[in-house]
Amino acid sequence: MSTGAADIDWLYNFTYYFSLVFTVVITVATVAFTVKYRRQKGVKAEPTQDYTKLELFWTITPLIFIVFLFHWGYETYARNTVVPEGAREYRVRGKRWSWSFEYPTGDNEPNELTLEVNKPVKLILSSEDVLHSFFIPAMRAKRDAVPGQYSYVTFTPNELGDAPVFCAEYCGKDHSYMLAKIHVVSAQDYKAHLDELSKIPNEYAKLGVEGPVKWGESLFKKNGCNACHSVNGTKIVGPSLKGIAGTMQPTTAGQIMADDNYLRESIAKPQAKIVSGYESVQMPPFVFKDAQMDAIIAYIKSVK
Amino acid sequence: MAAVTTPHTGEHGHGSDDEKNYLEVKRGIGSWLVTLDHKRIGVMYLVAVLIAFLAGGIFALVLRVELLTKGRTIMDQDTYNRMFSLHGVVMVFLFIIPSIPAAMGNIILPIQLGAKDVAFPKLNLLSLYIYVFGACFGLYSMVHGGVDTGWTFYVPYSSSSLVGSQSAVVPMTLAAFIMGFSSILTGVNFIATVHKMRAPGMSWRRLSLFTWALYATSIIQVLATPVLAITLLLLTLERAFGLGIFDPRLGGDPVLYQHFFWFYSHPAVYIMIVPGMGVVSELIGTFSRREPVGYMFIAMSSLGLALLGFLVWGHHMFVAGMSEYASMVFSALTFLIAIPSGVKVFNWVATLYKGSISLQSPMLWALSFIFLFTIGGLTGLFLGILAVDVHLHDTYFVVAHFHYVMVGGTVMGFVGGLHYWWPKITGKLYEEKPAVAGWALVFIGFNITFMSQFVLGSRGMPRRYYDYLPEFQGLHQISTVGSWVLGVGFVILLVNFARSLFSGAKSPRNPWGSAALEWQTATPPPLYNFTETPVITRGPYEYHLATDEELAED
Repeated sequence: MSTGAADIDWLYNFTYYFSLVFTVVITVATVAFTVKYRRQKGVKAEPTQDYTKLELFWTITPLIFIVFLFHWGYETYARNTVVPEGAREYRVRGKRWSWSFEYPTGDNEPNELTLEVNKPVKLILSSEDVLHSFFIPAMRAKRDAVPGQYSYVTFTPNELGDAPVFCAEYCGKDHSYMLAKIHVVSAQDYKAHLDELSKIPNEYAKLGVEGPVKWGESLFKKNGCNACHSVNGTKIVGPSLKGIAGTMQPTTAGQIMADDNYLRESIAKPQAKIVSGYESVQMPPFVFKDAQMDAIIAYIKSVK
Repeated sequence: MAAVTTPHTGEHGHGSDDEKNYLEVKRGIGSWLVTLDHKRIGVMYLVAVLIAFLAGGIFALVLRVELLTKGRTIMDQDTYNRMFSLHGVVMVFLFIIPSIPAAMGNIILPIQLGAKDVAFPKLNLLSLYIYVFGACFGLYSMVHGGVDTGWTFYVPYSSSSLVGSQSAVVPMTLAAFIMGFSSILTGVNFIATVHKMRAPGMSWRRLSLFTWALYATSIIQVLATPVLAITLLLLTLERAFGLGIFDPRLGGDPVLYQHFFWFYSHPAVYIMIVPGMGVVSELIGTFSRREPVGYMFIAMSSLGLALLGFLVWGHHMFVAGMSEYASMVFSALTFLIAIPSGVKVFNWVATLYKGSISLQSPMLWALSFIFLFTIGGLTGLFLGILAVDVHLHDTYFVVAHFHYVMVGGTVMGFVGGLHYWWPKITGKLYEEKPAVAGWALVFIGFNITFMSQFVLGSRGMPRRYYDYLPEFQGLHQISTVGSWVLGVGFVILLVNFARSLFSGAKSPRNPWGSAALEWQTATPPPLYNFTETPVITRGPYEYHLATDEELAED
């Protein structure tokens, strides 16, 4: 839950009860009149007169209600779009079918975002392919991620716990699996999480030389690289990465040696030199810290 | 309305064309295919939209079965995505837009005006053929992979190569493009007919409220549909030639597409609902034997909705990337819609007061319309309130809201109208008991199906989802079971109508004892609707001025 959510819920509940009363009145009147004035032999309907005053009454009265509803709605909305001072800025990049989050420290994490409780945040949304919509029901927040422009949501999480994130704008085959999770944690846990993100995880550090390869493999899967690139020679969407390191590759920029620099460029700027036969494939760019990039390249080189 | 409209059997020579009803005048398929008779064209439209309704309904039932369990139930996500897109395209473009105006309106509007036909009978036939031609494109697209874009064809998804493999986006947008012309031509025809073809004495104040509603609808059809046409054309050009109007990679703006699309598609919502309101006004009048209270207010609220409908398209885009100030203006304008909608509901309910109410099957549909449309309208308030819409946008709440308006509103009006005018169109009576049973199942099933979706949406369940989180499963299952009840209800109605065609009793001239003009001529009507041009001396609801002879069954 966020600080703004309570206001929205109040408005929702008010409208709910307002509508309920209204529906009940209309329904009761309809049923009562229908029963009371059922057709009877010899009884005729009363001819309709002009009821101008009545007409004016139910034309004007609702106007008063809707002015209030509009006003509250806009006021609450406007309040929730103003970014609080000192809000931490995170980048949210939508691409089919995952969300990637970038922390103010520059660390990236796919499909999971950890936030500190009671600290206002501004999530800057962008999309790398089609329209997406970043929707956090628990925060009552939603905004479309539109390719070619930035948008944002802002809120202040005020309760510890996990909140699911959905993509709410239809984006193709696995739209319903474009999910993420927001973890709202204490200041201490938040700091610990950031530390964890920025260094080689302990479990891999212990492995020594093998560490980067294993870490690279986990990053490779976590970021969904394996959805398009196989490591066993089969062609999925993009070329297989089996045994490509250190070989000459035909690309849109001529024959290129697939060395560390080419691999790095192909991850960060996929459109720079595309392997022949894949010119029409639109791979989005990926952002990694140096250590992560090194690990992924180490993994690719290990795939033989 | 003068008694001159009542034909007296035997006055004309036996078997003369004057006496034969429009179904008997000529026989054979050929006579239907080239007919210029508005009633026959309407009947052909009716058959077409009912087929579309059946197809769209089956798609819906299949979708609900897939959602019965989490994960895969009967199909993969590609099939599901195509299925919900087809459900939307078929229901919107092939069924609901032509349902009441083109099918029912074609048959009834000229008779209610006391006219022989519409103003341009050949144009009328042309618009039917254009509709069928467009539907063929839709069928072609379905056979060749269908589309998985939703009925909204949002860019850049629909214009890029990312759409599901083998998607036939171009033929499907062309189908909607072509059917748009059919809609425009029908609109032009009805406007001209209302202005120029009214019988002597048929003043504007004596028009039926159904006619007023169709007149308002026709104005929207003529003004809004060209915008859809140009939008879909641009989309096709972008897809085929990389034009770069909408796709940001080509320097375009995807939000511009949404503005264009909703500039048509929001007014289109009123193309769908206003005729349904017109039908309900007729039903309430006839089955209460009383002129609807606030006749002029109901008539003008139809025009008011037509006008306001053009000013609120932005409320589909509150979270899409519009400025906060634009959102503010669209929110304020959206609330104004509540006024004419409320005026109609209040007047209908007030008409019941001191009426003489008969709960025959058409009236049951009209009363359900009032209840369901009230819910549909009030849930629109939630979506008009900016702060609340941010949460509810693109969730099942929106799905439930527009189904309450489109099914709870338009379809209730359509089916009610079908029960009301069925004897007039076919000359046959249907059985009342199955009609009531079918109504009850549809009403109950509908509420189970969509009430649960309001709850789903308010808890954050996004729409167009093949799969969902475990906590949503229970409500999805309730909704699916509801859809089965709804389906059984419609099957009963279909069987009942079919049986009436083959073995139904012959309908008397005026089975409902209505004072409206269309019931003053023979049932079914002769080729030119009236044996002599009627001279109108009272309004269609003025029961206190109608003679006993006019209100009698025969």
